[in-house]
Amino acid sequence: MLTIENLHVDIAGKEILHGIDLHIGEGETHVLMGPNGSGKTTLLRTILGFSGYTVTEGKIIFKGHDVTNLPLHQRARYGMGIMFQRPPTISGLKLGKLLETISGGKPEFVARHSNHMNMNEFLDRDINANFSGGEIKRSEVLQLMLQQPDFVMLDEPESGVDVENISLIGAAIARLLDKDRHIIHRHKSGLIITHTGHILDYLEADGGHVLCDGEIRCHGNAREILQMIKTKGYRECLECKQV
Amino acid sequence: MQTGMNEIYNLSAEDKERLKLTGIEIDGSRRSGSFIQTDQNITHAPSSMDGIEMLPIAIALEKYPEIAEKYFWNIVSKDKDEYTRFVAETEEKNGPKGFVVIARKGSKNIMPLQACFFMLNEKVQTVHNIIIAEEGAEVHLITGCVSSAHKHEGEHYGITEFYIMKGATVSNTMIHTWGDNIEVHPRSSASVAENGTFLSNYVTLKPVRYIQMYPEAHLTGKNSVARFNSVVVAPKGSHLDLGQRAYLSAEGTSAELVARAITRGGTVISRSHIVGDAANTKGHIECKGLILEDGIIHAVPEIEGRVQNTELSHEAAVGKIAKDEIEYLMSRGLDEEEATATIIRGFLDVRIKGLPADLQKQIDAAIDAAESGF
Repeated sequence: MLTIENLHVDIAGKEILHGIDLHIGEGETHVLMGPNGSGKTTLLRTILGFSGYTVTEGKIIFKGHDVTNLPLHQRARYGMGIMFQRPPTISGLKLGKLLETISGGKPEFVARHSNHMNMNEFLDRDINANFSGGEIKRSEVLQLMLQQPDFVMLDEPESGVDVENISLIGAAIARLLDKDRHIIHRHKSGLIITHTGHILDYLEADGGHVLCDGEIRCHGNAREILQMIKTKGYRECLECKQV
Repeated sequence: MQTGMNEIYNLSAEDKERLKLTGIEIDGSRRSGSFIQTDQNITHAPSSMDGIEMLPIAIALEKYPEIAEKYFWNIVSKDKDEYTRFVAETEEKNGPKGFVVIARKGSKNIMPLQACFFMLNEKVQTVHNIIIAEEGAEVHLITGCVSSAHKHEGEHYGITEFYIMKGATVSNTMIHTWGDNIEVHPRSSASVAENGTFLSNYVTLKPVRYIQMYPEAHLTGKNSVARFNSVVVAPKGSHLDLGQRAYLSAEGTSAELVARAITRGGTVISRSHIVGDAANTKGHIECKGLILEDGIIHAVPEIEGRVQNTELSHEAAVGKIAKDEIEYLMSRGLDEEEATATIIRGFLDVRIKGLPADLQKQIDAAIDAAESGF
C-alpha cells in the first residue's frame, strides 16, 4: 500500500526528517510512537502533501505510484485520508454541507453514518466551531467514513476524548481499517500516531515504529514497543542507534 | 400570479432573471403581498394577511392622515443631507413614491411581503417607504432593488422609516442588484419601542459604481433588540461605503452588527457604530473581510460607551482565506478551486437570529439565488 524510501523533509529550510524508510502492506495497520517534536505529525503531513513540508530527498510510493510530487487533493483522490488532531474551524461552512460534498451528494449515506457517529445535531453547525475534543474526533471519523480512504492516517485519535466517546471512536476507527473483516478480506491500511496506546484496546496493530529526532529508531511489535516505552520512557530510544 | 403584477410579468427573460437574483418572486406565489415600482410607476398586489396592509405611500397618506402627522419624515429628517432634500423636493413636485406597510396590533406574516424597486428607463428613481408594526405585530419583508440588464447609468435615492411598537418584530431583507454605473444612496432608520425587535439583512454581490448608506436603529424602548447582517461583494470598479449603527438608548437594549465583505478588486468601507447610552445594555460588532483579488476592505468598527453599565465589544479581521482551511478540504478530495469556493460560500452564509424557520428558508433561497450568479 505505502512505501517510503529514504525520506528527507525540510520545514522552512530546516531538516526535520532525516531519511525515513517505512513499508505498510495492504490490510496492515501500523502505530507510530515517539516523543513530542520527533517529527511524527510532519511525517503524516508530508505523506499527504501539505504545503510547507519540502521533500529534499527520497520518495513516497502509494499503490505502486510515486506520489512524492502530487498535489494534496490528488493523493486524497487516490485513496489517502487523514484524521486531524486539531482541524481548523471554517466559519459558515456547515458540517452537513461538507459531508454531502465528501459523499458525492448521497444524503442517505450521510444520514446513516452521522446517525451512527451521533453527530446529527452538529450537521447544521459551523465545522469544528466550539466542538469539544470528542466531537472533533467524531466529526473527523465521520468525514473519513464518507470519504472511504484505502489508507488512513490518524494523528492521536484518542487525545482529548472522554470515556464516553472513546469506545464509539475506537470501534469506528477499527471499522475504517476493515478490522471487522477476516484478514484475507482486509484491504484498508492505517498509520496511527499514539502517545498512550489506548487505541490498541480497540484494534490490533500489525507493526510499531518509534520516531526520535526525525529518524525511525525501532521497528517491531506495537504492544511490545509500547510496553517498553511505558516502563523505560523514550530515553533508551533516544540513545538507541540500532534500526 | 397575483393581480397587479402584469408589469414585471411582461419584462424580458433577462430582466426577470435579475429580479429573481434579487429575491423577487415573479408570480408572487410565496409572498403574502407585492409592491413593484418600475422607475416611478407603481403596481401592487395587496397583502393577503389579516391585519397587514401594504399600499403605495401616496394612497396611504390620503387614507390615514396620522401617517403624515406621525411617521412621514419623522425618524429620517428631510434635512439630513442633499439626498434626503432631493427626495423631499421630488415628492413636493410629483407626489411621493414608495410603499407603506401597516401591521395592526397582534398581526403576523410568516410568508414575507415583497417590494421591488426596478430601474428600467429613467435616470433617477426616488423612493420613500414607511413600515409600521403596531403592538405585538410581526412583519417580514423582502426588498429587492434592481436595475435592468440594459440600464447602466442611473441614481437611486431611497428613504425608509421603520416604526416598531411595543413587543413588535420587523425583519427586512434587502438585496441589491445594480449596474456598473449606478449610484445608490439609501437612507433608513428604525425606531424600536419596549421589547421590540428589528432585524435587518443586506446583500449586494453585483457590480455597482457607488453605494453609500448608514442605516440606524434607535432602541428607545426597554429591552428592545436590533440585529444587522450585511453580506457584500465588491467586484472591480465597485465602491461600497456601508455602515450599520445602533443607539442603545433604553435599559436592557442590545444590538448585534455583523458584516461580511469580499473584494474582487473593488473597495468596501465597512463601518459600524454602537452607542451604549443606558444601563444594562449590550452591543457587539463582528466584521470580517476577505481580499480575493487586489482591492480594499477598510473596516471601521466603533463602540461608544456613555454610561457605566454598558458592555460593548467588537472583532474585526481582514485577510485572505487561510491556507490550512483550504488544505483541510483538499485532504477530503476537493481541489483547490472547489475548496476555495466552498469556503467563500460558507463565509457569506450569515444567518440572522430570531427568524421563523419557514421565513429563513425563503431568505436563504433568495440569498442562494443571488449567490448563484456570483
